[in-house]
Amino acid sequence: MTDHDHHHDHDHSELSETELRVRALETVLTEKGYVDLAALDLLIETYEKKVGPRNGARVVAKAWADPTYRARLLNDATPAIAELGFAGRQGEHIVALENTPTLHNMVVCTLCSCYPWPVLGLPPVWYKSAPYRSRAVADPRGVLADFGVTLPKDTDIRVWDSTAEIRYLVLPMRPAGSEGWSEEKLADLVTRDSMIGTGLPKRPEDLK
Amino acid sequence: MNGGQDLGGTHGHGTVAPEPNEPVFHSDWEKRAFALTLAMGRPGGWNIDMSRFARENRPPQEYLSMSYYELWFYGLETLLKERKLVDDDEILVGHSLHPPKPIASVLSPDDVIKVLHRGGPTERGTNTAARFKADDRVRAKNINPLTHTRLPRYVRGHVGVIERVIGCHVFPDSNASGAGEDPQWLYTVRFEGCELWGTAADPSVKVSIDAWEPYLEPAKEIE
Repeated sequence: MTDHDHHHDHDHSELSETELRVRALETVLTEKGYVDLAALDLLIETYEKKVGPRNGARVVAKAWADPTYRARLLNDATPAIAELGFAGRQGEHIVALENTPTLHNMVVCTLCSCYPWPVLGLPPVWYKSAPYRSRAVADPRGVLADFGVTLPKDTDIRVWDSTAEIRYLVLPMRPAGSEGWSEEKLADLVTRDSMIGTGLPKRPEDLK
Repeated sequence: MNGGQDLGGTHGHGTVAPEPNEPVFHSDWEKRAFALTLAMGRPGGWNIDMSRFARENRPPQEYLSMSYYELWFYGLETLLKERKLVDDDEILVGHSLHPPKPIASVLSPDDVIKVLHRGGPTERGTNTAARFKADDRVRAKNINPLTHTRLPRYVRGHVGVIERVIGCHVFPDSNASGAGEDPQWLYTVRFEGCELWGTAADPSVKVSIDAWEPYLEPAKEIE
């Protein structure tokens, strides 16, 4: 058996076992009256369709366009973000981190997967993975290289390990050439990774 | 616990591999495991710190070989079985075999948005004064509890600076064990990269954690 076959079989059998167990547990919990299937469907739909990084992009775009909102966001992000209707689970206490020409912020949770759900949705697999969680705090420039991002050597890098219930949202720098743009258009420049600190926003020429 | 979850600064895990156009879930069972975990929080009666401990409390080789939603799912099983809400024989046959236990309440579809929007704030009132203030030098204690803690190994014994006094928050080390919330002052503590990783480390890097007061002790001005 080749390595490839072995790996494939291994993954397949493990997945099947877990799939069956999840199905079995869901039936048991439903029969016992502990869970309501319609509530489960709504939970899934909420995080698949409604809560995601477009929320955070709206926050960032508003901060780029409106200096008074930017000030409120940096001073106390939770109420500023709630102004746009985004609040709650895994975003009860949010802090916004301002990137500048001399400072780049990057967010990680080395101990699990803490992530600001109301503004970014559920975390991507890489954010929860051992490579990111192990290296972000020790070699952030190496991690940025994995994302194809190179920062000037004299840019300070600040890594925020989300070890408590404070959730961090990076406010990236507004790209040059976006002067006078509407908030809606600005939001198209904001990527999920730019709000985690593993990426930069798109440039106006990237949208063309 | 010094388990597989405490990954900061460990080696050998390879490069970060972002997946282009990644879906929110990668299979149907992930969706169900996610939703069951959220929906069972209230009727199950556990808290987020108990959930985290249920996920991390396994041999590191298991932790590292399981996918994230596998950890969630088997963590959920553990929490349910500990409270006798579900038994192994029931999961085996895929049906309820024993009468249900009384539970606080079931999450109804009408409550989902309200419950998510409310979340679970962890800040609490206090009559105690914070021991540290901004710019104080502190040392992360060298503690090695077998139980849940949120003080990562890579900062233990190292000196940092209080950047911000956040407020008084539920203390996970206590809350995870069922001993109550025992709220404690929480601080953002900033470390120089070279303090954590040695003089060969990138001098432009600083790392912060959020640390509860019991994790910290005063550090002398010059050491």
